[in-house]
Amino acid sequence: NCICLQYNVPVAGSNPFQHLEKSAVLQEARIFNETPINPRRCLHILTKIIYLLNQGEHFGTTEATEAFFAMTRLFQSNDVSCHLLIKSVLTVSLLNSFMVFYSLTKDMTGKEDVYRGPAIRALCRITDTTMLQAIERYMKQAIVDKVPSVSSSALVSSLHMVKMSYDVVKRWVNEAQEAASSDNIMVQYHALGLLYHLRKNDRLAVTKMLNKFTKSGLKSPFAYCMLIRIASKLLDETEGGHDSPLFDFIESCLRNKNEMVVYEAASAIVHMPNCTARELAPAVSVLQLFCSSPKAALRYAAVRTLNKVAMKHPSAVTACNLDLENLITDSNRSIATLAITTLLKTGSESSVDRLMKQISSFVSEISDEFKVVVVQAISALCQKYPRKHSVMMNFLSNMLRDDGGFEYKRAIVDCIISIIEENPESKETGLAHLCEFIEDCEHTVLATKILHLLGKEGPRTPQPSKYIRFIFNRVVLESEAVRAAAVSALAKFGAQNDDLLPSVLVLMQRCMMDSDDEVRDRATFYMNVLQQKQKALNAAYIFNGLSVSIPGLEKSLHQYTLEPSEKPFDMKSVPLATTPITEPKTEIAPVATSKLPEKLARSRQDIYQEQLAAIPEFQSLGPLFKSSEPVQLTEAETEYVVRCVKHTFARHMVFQFDCTNTLNDQLLQKVVVQMEPSEAYEVIHYIPAPSLPYSQPGSCYSLVRLPDDDPTAVSCTFSCTMKYLVRDCDPNTGEPDDDGYDDEYVLEDLEVTVADHIQKILKPNFGAAWDEVGDEFEKEETFALASVRTLDEAVGNIISFLGMQPCERSDKVPENKNSHVLFLAGVFRGGHDVLVRARLALADGVTMQVTVRSSEETVVDVILASVG
Amino acid sequence: MEPSLYTVKAVLILDNDGDRLYAKYYDDTYPTVKEQKAFEKNIFNKTHRTDSEIALLEGLTVVYKSNIDLFFYVIGSSHENELMLMAVLNCLFDSLSQMLRKNVERRALLENMEGLFLAVDEIVDGGVILESDPQQVVHRVALRGDDVPLTEQTVTQVLQSAKEQIKWSLLR
Repeated sequence: NCICLQYNVPVAGSNPFQHLEKSAVLQEARIFNETPINPRRCLHILTKIIYLLNQGEHFGTTEATEAFFAMTRLFQSNDVSCHLLIKSVLTVSLLNSFMVFYSLTKDMTGKEDVYRGPAIRALCRITDTTMLQAIERYMKQAIVDKVPSVSSSALVSSLHMVKMSYDVVKRWVNEAQEAASSDNIMVQYHALGLLYHLRKNDRLAVTKMLNKFTKSGLKSPFAYCMLIRIASKLLDETEGGHDSPLFDFIESCLRNKNEMVVYEAASAIVHMPNCTARELAPAVSVLQLFCSSPKAALRYAAVRTLNKVAMKHPSAVTACNLDLENLITDSNRSIATLAITTLLKTGSESSVDRLMKQISSFVSEISDEFKVVVVQAISALCQKYPRKHSVMMNFLSNMLRDDGGFEYKRAIVDCIISIIEENPESKETGLAHLCEFIEDCEHTVLATKILHLLGKEGPRTPQPSKYIRFIFNRVVLESEAVRAAAVSALAKFGAQNDDLLPSVLVLMQRCMMDSDDEVRDRATFYMNVLQQKQKALNAAYIFNGLSVSIPGLEKSLHQYTLEPSEKPFDMKSVPLATTPITEPKTEIAPVATSKLPEKLARSRQDIYQEQLAAIPEFQSLGPLFKSSEPVQLTEAETEYVVRCVKHTFARHMVFQFDCTNTLNDQLLQKVVVQMEPSEAYEVIHYIPAPSLPYSQPGSCYSLVRLPDDDPTAVSCTFSCTMKYLVRDCDPNTGEPDDDGYDDEYVLEDLEVTVADHIQKILKPNFGAAWDEVGDEFEKEETFALASVRTLDEAVGNIISFLGMQPCERSDKVPENKNSHVLFLAGVFRGGHDVLVRARLALADGVTMQVTVRSSEETVVDVILASVG
Repeated sequence: MEPSLYTVKAVLILDNDGDRLYAKYYDDTYPTVKEQKAFEKNIFNKTHRTDSEIALLEGLTVVYKSNIDLFFYVIGSSHENELMLMAVLNCLFDSLSQMLRKNVERRALLENMEGLFLAVDEIVDGGVILESDPQQVVHRVALRGDDVPLTEQTVTQVLQSAKEQIKWSLLR
């Protein structure tokens, strides 16, 4: 019949599977129903089906079910008894899977060993929790089976099922334990993996397990690697010192005879936080040996790990410089790149030029990931050797011209921007390169970012006019988002430079006829602002944009539209944006780029705002003005751990106490923190945490009214006592006694300072903001800071004391200077801008002249009073 | 990094045009066929000209090996021990080399696809390294030599493999 004709004999040189048609194969699969079964032919058809699946062919539900039925029959035939009894209706898949289940169970307990491992794995794939219990007995037997493939299959399948049926698999822990002492290296590895997964939430059990295996020793290198990972995780969690036996174990693995284990141990040590150079040394020396291995993978692993060491401890890697030098011509470009970037971190200033030349010879051959690594290494280098910035800038501009993906270009642009910010003398070259880049840039995000930078920096260069052409070209040629950014940048030039203003106005005029709404709106708006020719307007609407939180603004506007009112919308009712705390990037190694689109992350404050608004007592307080960082009110290792977050509102403060009960034999109820103020602050309400079970954090709140009559009383000390009802409970079941008793616990004092009343605001153009506020309420005073020895220290102290945002990068004191000016900006509670200019001079101590400006006189007084 | 046995993200075999002969992905880093094929294309472009064994691509560590007209790849996280991935790659290659009697090229492989399917299933299960010794793998696949008669067992093994995959395609 036709099935036989379709039976495909491989033709020499061609792919026998090349032109497979799904429908034809399924047609062929009917052969499964024939008697007697022809194994060779069935096998071939099955292979075709898997091949199709592998190519990504999708089988519809009906098709799959049909093939599935047919196979089930084939399966049945496979029993030597060969009853082809099931002829008729295999209707529901339940019956169907029951049959497969039955056959597989037979295979799994059968005599043929080669056959049992796969049967177990297949069975566990199709098993659910209820069916699992039916085969539990077989699984337990299989785990301790003397045939390694059976035992391994059972262990790995159990591991897969932990996610689904933890409670069932947990009961097999004794069998797994037994398997762990197997002689077979894979069984040992799989047993260890399963045991760890079952016990990972029980630190004590993990510790015991580690002790046992590290003492008895293992045969499997895979199992050793796993042990090292478990040990280093435990070390990390328990913050165990490096004198711990776990560390000794990891270090001892550096002398293992298998390279895989040695490398795993070295890598574990390198990744430990707070490793000293001495502890790193043995790990670094094995990595150094690996650098000259004939195996590319080992060289790669070694140099990649050394690259990581070099980020934190460049000096520890210096010893390997010679070995790394040999790798810079490695035929594997990844290895060469890593070697060079490592050398850039460890080498001296004099070697920079040579290394850069070497790397530019093959930069086009390496993947984007590594190009990013190179750029980041350059960026780090620029910070280390600022004098080399011209070499770097040249190199970067060449890279910018090459082909490359978004991540790569972004890394280059970020690097150039950071060089510009660090080295004022490189500003003009840097801006010129960026201008050239946006002439032909397909990435909207980068183009807008650069235009924004041009708007910020360009007007303050000696020759602002030369940037206008680049910016205006964007208005003519680009997409809407870029055109809009270009219009904003243009406006800044017009606002800053009077002689450019007429030309800018002409260009604006043209932008007002743009086809896009946003571009037209911006142009019209800027046109009107610029025509007023008022410095204050320019500062408020062109240089320093909105300082409110965007999600907060969205919410307030939405609220406003819901409740129609005669009053205009008040910008001051919107919570301010908290300046993001930019953490220094330590991870410069290439990391997996997340594919999720970046969402506008809600700030911490937005989350607090929402939580507090849910409490009825706090609803009338108005928008949340500021939330402080948490303050610890207890030592770390006490019975109860309490920390406080201070939330400031226009006339009130809310203290949020996050409490954790670390006693497993107590349940706390009705927890409040009673507060005794030292000043005229008035506690008006306590909101208790209803219940605080063991290790589940809960929050209670205190609401305090700020003194109205004395606006200068900004600081206050509260003595705090936690009061609660204790109910003793059984540590095992958590069942509390019926009766309880009142108790209290004294906490540390809580301070409210001037910083709690000021929100940080970044003014991109401090000078403009300074003029905008004006000198109506300006006050000036001079202080001597006798106890401070350096300018850096003085700057740090002032910033943390006032809690204001340093502007114009004035928080960085240039080296070898004995005077400095610090600019700080903030908003005082109630919505008054406040700006501080502090002139510092270093003589025998630091002398500080503070000038404060604000739109409100009392604010100026408060600041000066608190400084003094 | 959480200690785990899940080591391998994917095993790929491509021909010298970069077309897929075999591909098995063990997690959902590339959930759709389209993304998988794009990844394979990228991998092939970056590796087929150089014989350098290891690379970092799309944030993943890729170890690879080529022979005549075949390209073998084992892919893992960039935090994974590179030597473990190498162990998988070597085991796969050596097992096939024995099964195909050193004839590791496209045509021979296509004629023994069922052996390949079974071998990979014996080496990696759901991302966990199941076996790293090629002798063991070849023994379990039991396809050595050409005159070994096809036993019903082989049928069952392939069958199980097929069934499992069908089952997953059903669930998708």
